[in-house]
Amino acid sequence: MVHADSEKTGHWKEFTKGIFTLNPIFVIVLGLCPALAVSVSISNALGMGAAATFVLLGSNIVIAALMRFLDRIFPPDLVAQVQKIRIPIYIVIIASFVTIVDLIMHGFAPALYARLGIYVPLIVVNCIILGRAEAFAATSGVIAAILDALGMGLGFTLALLLLSAVREIIGAGKCYGYLVFGAGYQPVLIMTLAPGALLTCGLFMGLFRHMKAKRGKHEPV
Amino acid sequence: MNLFELFSIFIGVALVNNFIFCQFLGLCPYIGVTERTSSAMGMGMAVIFVMTLSSIITWAIYEWVLVPYGITYLYIIAFILVIAAFVQLVEMFLQKSVPALYRALGIYLPLITTNCAVLGVATLNKQQLFGTPGSLIKCIVQGFGGGIGFTLAMLIMAGIRERLDFAEVPQSLRGIPIALITAGLTAIGFLGFAGLSF
Repeated sequence: MVHADSEKTGHWKEFTKGIFTLNPIFVIVLGLCPALAVSVSISNALGMGAAATFVLLGSNIVIAALMRFLDRIFPPDLVAQVQKIRIPIYIVIIASFVTIVDLIMHGFAPALYARLGIYVPLIVVNCIILGRAEAFAATSGVIAAILDALGMGLGFTLALLLLSAVREIIGAGKCYGYLVFGAGYQPVLIMTLAPGALLTCGLFMGLFRHMKAKRGKHEPV
Repeated sequence: MNLFELFSIFIGVALVNNFIFCQFLGLCPYIGVTERTSSAMGMGMAVIFVMTLSSIITWAIYEWVLVPYGITYLYIIAFILVIAAFVQLVEMFLQKSVPALYRALGIYLPLITTNCAVLGVATLNKQQLFGTPGSLIKCIVQGFGGGIGFTLAMLIMAGIRERLDFAEVPQSLRGIPIALITAGLTAIGFLGFAGLSF
């Protein structure tokens, strides 16, 4: 019973760690490029968050399943040989999922696809996805990998939402396309341009660190 | 295609649409290796080299393999594999034949595989230039210009960060956050180049 309990909290932890303590953007600082580039508006951020979460989920499942499968059918020395070429294997798996997302988005959400531009194919080199494959999925079970992917994807999406909300509200005076300050508001254009992304992200990162320092140092970094 | 067109592509990708300050490509090495000017220079050289050559290679793969067989939708997989294999090849070649350059570029070469600026320039080439007359030359110019712009941004940042070490930065902003804020302020300066459109 105790064992089952600890396993349950373990699973819950796999899920929640991506949201705050190991937030991919603000804490482990992976995947900055797409985050800054697409956080111009909330709808872009949601689209990118969903696409990246899908790729992360698919690649985590396939990589965890593949590695456990290899452990089972191959003798250890052969598995060690396969381990040497694991990075190319991961990249092919990730690129396949990105191609799926690219084609689906092109077909069903052409407007969003046009706005996200080259950042959809560039999900391949999003460090979060390869990072989770190498650091987590390669050495854990499929269930844990699914929870890790969902948590990390959610953390990434939330970080994007936070950035894009600030930038859209200040920079365009809108929230998800609706005017918030009324028509008289003079938008601070710089926030929707490139510098705004860097400034907002740097300040949020500082805020996260400050909050972490206040909560005490018992949380693992 | 004339010389002026090539020049405007070069200026466009190196300054007006600088990869780091305007398109946010290659931020990881930008944050990671800009603590010293020397390492920023090494990374910049490696990126110029790989970006220019990978522009040629991805052009060849696209025009000679993907288009004839009608499998252009596989371009993401093809490009990333070709770039990864190419970087590996360059590393082995330099190690054997130009050891001095290999030592200078050192650890920066393998890091380039996951540099989104390299895949980014290939994707930009594919979207903007492939299929236009003289596309190979334009792709080479775009790759080279992108590398130059990247190196420029790296050097500016490294110079600032070397001085930031002596500044009194609030505890929670030290390191990466202040680097991002500095980059934001530098990017405001780069906005000025937007007036250079031809």
